[in-house]
Amino acid sequence: MIKNVTQADFEQEVLQAEGPVLVDFWAAWCGPCRMVAPVLEEVDQELGDSLKIAKVNVDEEGELAQKYGIMSIPTLMLFKGGRVVETTVGFQPKKELIARIQPHL
Amino acid sequence: MDTVYDVLIVGGGPAGLTAGLYAGRAMLQAAIVEARGPGGQVVLTHEIENYPGFSEPISGALLAANMVDQANRFGVDMYYSPVESLNLQGKIKEVVTEQGKFRAKTVIIATGVNPKMLGVPGEKEFIGRGVSYCATCDGAFFRDRDVAVVGGGDTAVKEALFLTRFARRVWLIHRRDSLRAEQIQQKRLLENTKITPLWNKVVAEIRGDTRVTGLRLQDVQSGEESHLAVQGVFVFVGRQPGGPLAGSGIALDEEGYIITDEDMSTNIPGVYAVGDVRRKRWRQIVTAVNDGCIAALSAAEYIEENFGKDEDDD
Repeated sequence: MIKNVTQADFEQEVLQAEGPVLVDFWAAWCGPCRMVAPVLEEVDQELGDSLKIAKVNVDEEGELAQKYGIMSIPTLMLFKGGRVVETTVGFQPKKELIARIQPHL
Repeated sequence: MDTVYDVLIVGGGPAGLTAGLYAGRAMLQAAIVEARGPGGQVVLTHEIENYPGFSEPISGALLAANMVDQANRFGVDMYYSPVESLNLQGKIKEVVTEQGKFRAKTVIIATGVNPKMLGVPGEKEFIGRGVSYCATCDGAFFRDRDVAVVGGGDTAVKEALFLTRFARRVWLIHRRDSLRAEQIQQKRLLENTKITPLWNKVVAEIRGDTRVTGLRLQDVQSGEESHLAVQGVFVFVGRQPGGPLAGSGIALDEEGYIITDEDMSTNIPGVYAVGDVRRKRWRQIVTAVNDGCIAALSAAEYIEENFGKDEDDD
């Protein structure tokens, strides 16, 4: 399941979530972010319910982007128990992304 | 995969997409295998002003998306998977990807180029924390900050200009005392009061704590060192050929670019190379699409000569 998340529901959807949540910080004007979108869909299909995926639009959610020190997009952050356990910057092929996520599932 | 494609294109930038478009229109069964998403470097470009047919600037992402739609309209299959190896010597060629093996009568290599890194201390550590290779992606995070652009070619100059929309001040650090960029862009850069060129300087180190705070610069003539306080550094110091070409048997030049003739043929029959990965003088979107067209038409002729016409009837 891939869900758009905002400042209003970030706490509940990401920080308080029971399992791991992969957060994609993106924006419409970012080319590589568009390239990441289909990869995330494949990851979502492959990992199913074991991983939740959330998208944060940095244009609309500047506060969240600032809070997590985003200076480059796409940035993917894996949250577990309210903590960031993994961060990747730039495009990641599916295989490599899953390899980074797997140990935390 | 059971299908033997007529044309298998490795890389989905403008050159590969154009090859797909022409192959599709030649009624050939064609597929594009792209390692990331479609569009290549064009996607990273904010505005394109020199692609004929668009009198107003067009965004790189939109131009790329249009090229993808156009290729799709003529029945080109698209796959997204990094290529692991190329077996090109046989009459039927194989392209091995993470998703599996593709087979084809002809292969068109369109893997483009990847940006070079500076290779200095601090660079890797601060990727995503002040070091960037994409101004359109990350420029907005540097509103009212001071940033440096490293390089003196078309991309460096164009991106320095783009960054003035956000940054308070842009330093252009170049190892020579003149630019290699298009004249019109050079003029814009030198007239822009937000941009200050620093000539004959190289970056020796990227410094920071949790994020970039500055650069250690070195003068190439005097060797003198200086510190420049910036919060961001955008690197555009050239490119290198992409794709798993080593060991494929394709003849490369000393820098690793593929050598072709005017028909885009490589040294291996039925294997072509197009776009930025090909050895050539000018690397532009226009010259990439030119290559793509020629390679697809050359491939069509090769298939007819080597496989006959009726083989495609299932």
